[in-house]
Amino acid sequence: MSGYSFNTMFAKIHYYLKSFLFLELLKGMNVTGRYFFRKKITIQYPEEKTPISTRFRGLHALRRYANGEERCIACKLCEAVCPALAITIESEQRDDGTRRTTRYDIDLFKCIYCGFCEEACPVDSIVETNIFEYHFENRGENIMTKDKLLEIGGRYEAQLAADRSADAPYR
Amino acid sequence: MTDFLISIWEWLHEYVQYTIYSGVKALIILLPLFIVVAYYTYAERKVIGYMQIRKGPNRVGPKGLFQPFADMFKLMFKEIIIPTNSNRYLFIIAPVITFAPAMAAWAVIPFTDTLVFSDINAGLLYILAMTSVGVYGVIIAGWASNSKYALLGAMRSAAQIVAYEIAMGFALVGVLMVGGSLNLGEIVGKQAGGWGEWFVIPLLPLFFVYLISGVAETNRAPFDVAEGESEIVAGFHVEYSGMTFAVFFLAEYANMILIAMLCSLLFFGGWMSPWPDLLADSIGWLFAKTAFFMLLFLWFRATFPRYRYDQIMRLGWKVLLPVTILWIAVEGVAIYFDVGLFV
Repeated sequence: MSGYSFNTMFAKIHYYLKSFLFLELLKGMNVTGRYFFRKKITIQYPEEKTPISTRFRGLHALRRYANGEERCIACKLCEAVCPALAITIESEQRDDGTRRTTRYDIDLFKCIYCGFCEEACPVDSIVETNIFEYHFENRGENIMTKDKLLEIGGRYEAQLAADRSADAPYR
Repeated sequence: MTDFLISIWEWLHEYVQYTIYSGVKALIILLPLFIVVAYYTYAERKVIGYMQIRKGPNRVGPKGLFQPFADMFKLMFKEIIIPTNSNRYLFIIAPVITFAPAMAAWAVIPFTDTLVFSDINAGLLYILAMTSVGVYGVIIAGWASNSKYALLGAMRSAAQIVAYEIAMGFALVGVLMVGGSLNLGEIVGKQAGGWGEWFVIPLLPLFFVYLISGVAETNRAPFDVAEGESEIVAGFHVEYSGMTFAVFFLAEYANMILIAMLCSLLFFGGWMSPWPDLLADSIGWLFAKTAFFMLLFLWFRATFPRYRYDQIMRLGWKVLLPVTILWIAVEGVAIYFDVGLFV
């Protein structure tokens, strides 16, 4: 009986000492005080950039084979798989008998950058590059036409090929 | 040329001379104060950034040192939007009511034993009066805005000030019991002779009460319920923009510096050196002590989460007030019997 009341008394004294000596507050200030001297982890964006994964899904591109022939065979699998219905394809038979697209539009306002088009593509034609800094200044620029996509693909082919071969062992 | 100026000066009426003279003296105190306020905001962003492992502002000028001026110009050129159905007159006058006392309080602050704008005998009382008037600006701003968030902020601020003003006043009563004077210069003079003579030693509990209620009085974290950005947007100054907002901002920071300076004057011997045998008393000591307390304000803000409203009330009424009254009683008995430190 008396032991119990002693315990509660000590607990109370302990509680009052703890609160009136600001022990917990000082502990908290100790933490922030130590962090003050830590190395800062800020990335100064335009000058410094975070590393980008080889699987990064940015702006789209259409690739070509090494001989300059465009890869896309207008199978329309990407159009079918696209969950946002962002891709519009029209195709025609070319003079040499192969089927090619006459129109390949991606509406970037609709696109959700899921990468399904790249997954669906049987010839690795449509890909997503690691470009993420781009903008539009006029209405209509959000539609990526076939010419624009092929142009990007040509410009970044080295990077695209390197990224795909680096990722190949894990697919 | 100089003779000409002197002759103009002498031609002026005595009262005009006095007005110009006082105006210049006020400017000598206030202009550095504005610069300190500007760089205090910069320091706040830097210090809190560093405590959150960020770099803080570093774009405007070297190390971001011109950031305060960028902020200032931005606020100056912004439109002052007056909400519909608000009370225009009160809406505009409220920031001024907050700002003016925050500046006026500096009149009695002694920087050294001779350097003081107005060496009045009721200095401490004057300070108490001035710091209390500021809250009317907050309440009026909240009411005149015709916005529920602003009104909520104003109500919280009013209740908080009532609770903490009393504890703060009692803490200062303790100081003047030991100091034996309401004149700030004399209170500091009593603390001459090394750190052992500083009032913080016999009045340690009162010092903590004063510091805590000082943070609460200036509506700073963790007592910033009047602003409470996560609960009531920005509290009493939601509707304020441009210069009207800047004036509130200035007043808040000037008040913080004032509280920091009062802490060092009343409890830490102001311009008195802690080791008078080794180092001379100088204004530098006052600034160093003030800078430390100013840093504490920022440190608190970076560390503590905001108090819940009822917890603020509990702390004010049920902890700080009893502690101060108890210590004043202890102090009174000790002074009556001439016990050691309390002389």
